[in-house]
Amino acid sequence: MAEKKSLGKEFTKGILAENPTLRLVLGTCPTLATTTSVQSALGMGLAASIVLVCSNVVISALRKVIPDKVRIPAYVVVIASFVTIVQMLVKAFAPELDEQLGVYLPLIVVNCIILGRAEAFASKNPVLASAVDGLGMGVGFTAALFLMGSVREILGAGSFLGLSIPFLSQNPMLVFILPPGGFFVFGILMAVVNRIAENRGKPRAELRGCEACPMAATCKLNSKENCEENSSSVEDSKEAVI
Amino acid sequence: MTKKLTVSPSPHVRSSETTTGIMLDVIISLVPAFVMSVVYFGTKALALTAVTVSTAVLAEYLSRKAMKRPGTLGDLSAVVTGLILALNLPSTLPLWMAAVGSVIAIVVVKQMFGGLGQNFVNPAMTARIILMVSFPTAMAKWVSPFTSGWAADAVTTATPMASLAAAKGGDLSLTQNLPSLTQMLIGNHGGSMGEVCSLALLAGALYLLLRRVISPAIPFSFIGTVAVCMLIAGKGNLQFLAYEILGGGLLLGAFFMATDYATSPINLKGRIIFGIGCGLITSVIRIFGSLPEGVSFSIILMNILVPHIEHLTRAKPFGFVEEKKEKQEKEAAKA
Repeated sequence: MAEKKSLGKEFTKGILAENPTLRLVLGTCPTLATTTSVQSALGMGLAASIVLVCSNVVISALRKVIPDKVRIPAYVVVIASFVTIVQMLVKAFAPELDEQLGVYLPLIVVNCIILGRAEAFASKNPVLASAVDGLGMGVGFTAALFLMGSVREILGAGSFLGLSIPFLSQNPMLVFILPPGGFFVFGILMAVVNRIAENRGKPRAELRGCEACPMAATCKLNSKENCEENSSSVEDSKEAVI
Repeated sequence: MTKKLTVSPSPHVRSSETTTGIMLDVIISLVPAFVMSVVYFGTKALALTAVTVSTAVLAEYLSRKAMKRPGTLGDLSAVVTGLILALNLPSTLPLWMAAVGSVIAIVVVKQMFGGLGQNFVNPAMTARIILMVSFPTAMAKWVSPFTSGWAADAVTTATPMASLAAAKGGDLSLTQNLPSLTQMLIGNHGGSMGEVCSLALLAGALYLLLRRVISPAIPFSFIGTVAVCMLIAGKGNLQFLAYEILGGGLLLGAFFMATDYATSPINLKGRIIFGIGCGLITSVIRIFGSLPEGVSFSIILMNILVPHIEHLTRAKPFGFVEEKKEKQEKEAAKA
């Protein structure tokens, strides 16, 4: 069913070519909210990655069982179970991190990246490929958060992982740990990553046809002629880009 | 033969006005305020202005080069941005912070959005706000004129706006260290480098108005709205009103920054709405806010609303009949 692709490619695409936050612009809310320090950025990235890999595996394994029309609620139930497990683990073993992440930890349930991968990849691909895809996306997400967290903590608080940096710690540019600074860093980082990816011949990520649309199953256009091309490509299961 | 014919879209009106000419006029109009800031705050004001202007020019040159676009140093807009930014800063600000401000203004606010005329907020004003949020203590360290840069010890002082915040309901007897109104006019009080001397600012504004570089709609509706609000807030106390108008960055903001072509509406109605909005926000921040001054925030907020103001005040073509009414009438007739 799936077009055979090397697992290595499935892994690396999440890091640069289809980096979930910087190229596909998914999951921006946790990205902006939790990157005020490197520590909370890494914590968020890791927690989301664990949930992503686990939910990808389970959803991929259940992909032939889950009815098409109720797939989104089914995905959310699977994802929510893993988020609950991760949240309990974080609360038990890293209560400080739990306090830093606050509401954004339970909010991983509705993280677009996880739901997006479930919909676009795990529901159409075998278990192993889905696990590798989840891992790659997770690494990409964590790397993006780490980069943003580093820039914001170094410039905004004058420290890195809590270690203070001379000069900068005396004159921190507070704007960087405030929301506007988050948007500045996010925008500039996105531009840089797009530039690097385009230089390597990776086209700008964009919505492509019905494949990427969550309404595809119930969409009226789906039955019309102009959408047939796209609906056939769902069968091919080319990697969907949301 | 064909080369002699230039076909261009209308309007075919020729004008000797150029961007460089307008920017030069703005620079000329800012000279009195700049000279007075050097008189009051000495060599530090001079050094700060030199740093902001040179960094702005350098940042403009380098960012245009990096983006592989034609150089735009000739239009002098970078010089204007640097100069206005300097006039918005306290003279005690460390020079590197001023340089950071210039880079933010030119690179982040102006060039990243496409350069002159494409920025949606005023670069100098945004840089000032970013500096204010980033370095709150350094950006609120005001000194009395003639003490810093001239003598070894600078005397820190409150700005008239900070003193005025104590005057609840326009009762000036509640304030402390408030300079006299004459001193407010000539600028012998604490504040940003360029905002202290009201007379110099008014002279510059008059020059811009006479040269028709700026239209009076925005500054007058802006200041007028603040005046009305302050008259109400001060329960008719005219002295309080005079302090509110001369103090803070109101004159500097209303004449030199709210009138920025790229970030203000094009037609008269829009300009008046823009000015009234600026005035209202400024007054609300001054009366109810925790900050003593709100001119910069009001201008930025209204800058962001400009596309919507433009949309609402779009000029109707000559002889245009509103479609909606006709349709409604037809529907009503059918029913």
